Amino acid sequence: MSERKFRVWRGSGEGGGLTDYTVDVHEGEVVLDVLHRLQATQAPDLAVRWNCKAGKCGSCSVEINGRPRLSCMTRMSVFEPDEVVTVTPMRTFPVVRDLVCDVSFNYRKAREIPSFTPDPNTGPGDFRMRQEDVERSQEFRKCIECFLCNNVCHVIRDHEENMEHFSGPRFLMRVAELEMHPEDTADRRKIAQDEFGMGYCNITKCCTEVCPEGIHITDNALIPLKERVVDRKYDPLVWLGSKIGVRPKDTPIVPNTRRPADEG
Amino acid sequence: MPSTTEPDITRYRYDVVVIGAGGAGLRAAIAAREQGKRTAVISKSLFGKAHTVMAEGGAAAALGNANPSDDWRTHFRDTLRGGKFLNDPRMAELHAREAPERILELEYWGALFDRTKDGLISQRNFGGHEYPRLAHVGDRTGLEMIRTLQQRIVALQQQDAAELGDPDARLRVFAETAVTRLLTEESADGRPGRILGAFGYRRVDGGFVVFEAPAVVLATGGIGKAFRTTSNSWEYTGDGHALALRAGASLINMEFVQFHPTGMVWPPSVKGILVTESVRGDGGVLRNSEGTRFMFDYVPDVFRSQYAETEEEADGWYDDPSGHRRPPELLPRDEVARAINNEVKEGRGSPHGGVFLDVSSRLPAEEIRRRLPSMHHQFKELADVDITAEPMEVGPTCHYVMGGVRVDADTAASDVPGLFAAGEVAGGMHGSNRLGGNSLSDLLVFGRRAGLGACGYLDSRDGPEPPRAAVDGAVERAVAEALYPLRQGDGVNPYDVHGQLQDTMNDLVGIIRRGPEMERALERLDELEERSRLLCAPGDRVYNPGWHLALALPNMVLVSRAIATAALERTESRGGHTRDDHPDMSPEWRRVNLAVRADGDDQVVLTRRPVADVPPELLALFERDELAKYLTEEELPEEERS
Repeated sequence: MSERKFRVWRGSGEGGGLTDYTVDVHEGEVVLDVLHRLQATQAPDLAVRWNCKAGKCGSCSVEINGRPRLSCMTRMSVFEPDEVVTVTPMRTFPVVRDLVCDVSFNYRKAREIPSFTPDPNTGPGDFRMRQEDVERSQEFRKCIECFLCNNVCHVIRDHEENMEHFSGPRFLMRVAELEMHPEDTADRRKIAQDEFGMGYCNITKCCTEVCPEGIHITDNALIPLKERVVDRKYDPLVWLGSKIGVRPKDTPIVPNTRRPADEG
Repeated sequence: MPSTTEPDITRYRYDVVVIGAGGAGLRAAIAAREQGKRTAVISKSLFGKAHTVMAEGGAAAALGNANPSDDWRTHFRDTLRGGKFLNDPRMAELHAREAPERILELEYWGALFDRTKDGLISQRNFGGHEYPRLAHVGDRTGLEMIRTLQQRIVALQQQDAAELGDPDARLRVFAETAVTRLLTEESADGRPGRILGAFGYRRVDGGFVVFEAPAVVLATGGIGKAFRTTSNSWEYTGDGHALALRAGASLINMEFVQFHPTGMVWPPSVKGILVTESVRGDGGVLRNSEGTRFMFDYVPDVFRSQYAETEEEADGWYDDPSGHRRPPELLPRDEVARAINNEVKEGRGSPHGGVFLDVSSRLPAEEIRRRLPSMHHQFKELADVDITAEPMEVGPTCHYVMGGVRVDADTAASDVPGLFAAGEVAGGMHGSNRLGGNSLSDLLVFGRRAGLGACGYLDSRDGPEPPRAAVDGAVERAVAEALYPLRQGDGVNPYDVHGQLQDTMNDLVGIIRRGPEMERALERLDELEERSRLLCAPGDRVYNPGWHLALALPNMVLVSRAIATAALERTESRGGHTRDDHPDMSPEWRRVNLAVRADGDDQVVLTRRPVADVPPELLALFERDELAKYLTEEELPEEERS
């Protein structure tokens, strides 16, 4: 056991600041263990969002010494013995209280993306898919929706005004996942560009760096999606097909899903 | 921001309110919405974070993709064996019959399970299942399931957005909202009154919510947070079990608590985190400190004929299952957990008080990373252990409660009119011990049935509308109760009481139980209940975790009482209930379910109920010799005459 210095952001949407704590830390602990000890011994109302404490649910996203991380998967041993550990809420989303953010932005973006669309002439049990064909989308379905990628993405981290027209890496990856699903029949390439802001992404790979699941968001989802968007635009056959109406139509954004957040 | 003294209340009206947003809750909500009912889903966490996400191994369904000999009857038989014949036979039958359909439906909604060479859903081996039966995605199957159901809900909301202009028109998710009371009608004849709705609070701002609804589906999961060492998340505080008891419903089988044999044991902060059974299903073996594969010494009489007796035979089974018997590492969980407990007790444990689980000497490193990516990641990140190069240290962890709300198998209806339950909060399906993989399929099968059951109740309901005053009176009491901890100036720290409760249950009502210890546990629970009436939570109502814990603690205490009381009463050992002072399994006790009800003061009352008979055509799936190990003489089928 050792004594460590923690600085934790306390406050609400209206403002707040860092509070210093001295707290016991035991062998093998993670940052979330220490936050829990603060709750139990010094700050019973310290707001922390968490669930599984095993890196599987993606609830406990915060910024630790400036780096976006899951607090349940950040071991105390990664810090120097005398290093102060500073824990702050995710910067891109509005603060509710202390380390808890309002992440409803993400749920709104999820609703705008046209869902998985199988061929209506098929039914449950009809699909035959090879392992190598599902693996690309499977990688993206490892996502635990911690929203650290959206938090770190400078397109919205530094420019709140982009939030309306940019879905962030998480949901562009969702579009890529559906586009690569072997049994999906919709075509979301046009709205990926026009509605979800694919063009804002300039592949700085910040999202990939912070992904706790190690998903290659940029290389495997965003870049291939960009290529597909470009293919659609410049493919002469696609152009001709769309003129004479033989090619499947672009799938539009889901109507009536882009609106202000619900109260509560 | 609401103050601590003036309750603001937001009121909603729905046809069906589903409490809980894990697999069972989401599947129930989908079913109710598809019937056209206005449906609300209430989730303690954010949408898509529920405990189902932690399920690793897979969902059991007799699809027959990996071995065409499999069918629902074999699955039914395995389930009864795993539950030591205490299962509700109708539930076990419906589950085995319908699980394949439910899995294929998920696939049609976009789920991407791992595939066979023929492009079908791949299936893996698991403890107690005769054939490879678990549909899976690596070792993150629960995540795939919850995401698929979440996305199905979004798809239905998109339909409503297009048709009705509002995505929430017929199906709305209330995230980070907790229910503290069910609202019920008073009844004069002593029977529970009808459901009128539910009362709760929003975690984000502490605002109160009232849902007026004639039908409520409980899908709140389990009770693991009453124990110190558990694989369960903070949400598992027995809310649904307690809500049901206080509404007048009965719980059955509460003495049966599953300790998963393999939880992490080191470092201390991760003690209890789950290590999936897939490690053993894919070839991993258990060894003690002497290097012995000790499970060969722990095959009980009832399973002797089905399990290998030598390492050679066991190892041959993976490639040639029809020519070999199964490795004993794949016995049902209760057997493996007891064996590990005993090895440690007798001094053959690992350095940190577990045993060794080794897959590194059994599969190539690349294969381990492919099949068990989460386990590889988890041990690397949290314990500095590379599972492709060295064994893991594991030990039992509280994982699942077999007991729950007594329900009708077909409709999931409880004893309270309008109250339904599905998933872990419901009892009966798994008998005295659940097989791995049978939970994810249970959620789908009975989640759907509960949603349909609630719709059926709405459509056939008669009787007058409940008087306004009934709802208002119940809400007033619920508000006072919820505000109490905030108004206490100086009181008991909820974190302390929670710690004491966890120690009590772990030490005195844990994996191996003794009469006098459980009596002591009940005395301590009385003290803890006293103290839990004096809890105080400093701070205001905005995302205040001390307040939230103070509101959940009485639920944990009540459920712990139900467990300890039933466990003290059952003087035999069976499945997830092991009595040191009554080590044998008794055919007489097999005929008995212990049912728990609560009075107005949270005191629990036990009654005995008969277990339903297995229909003759399903009993015929078993050899008479095997049945004789479980059933009384008079229950056995007549011997065949030659």
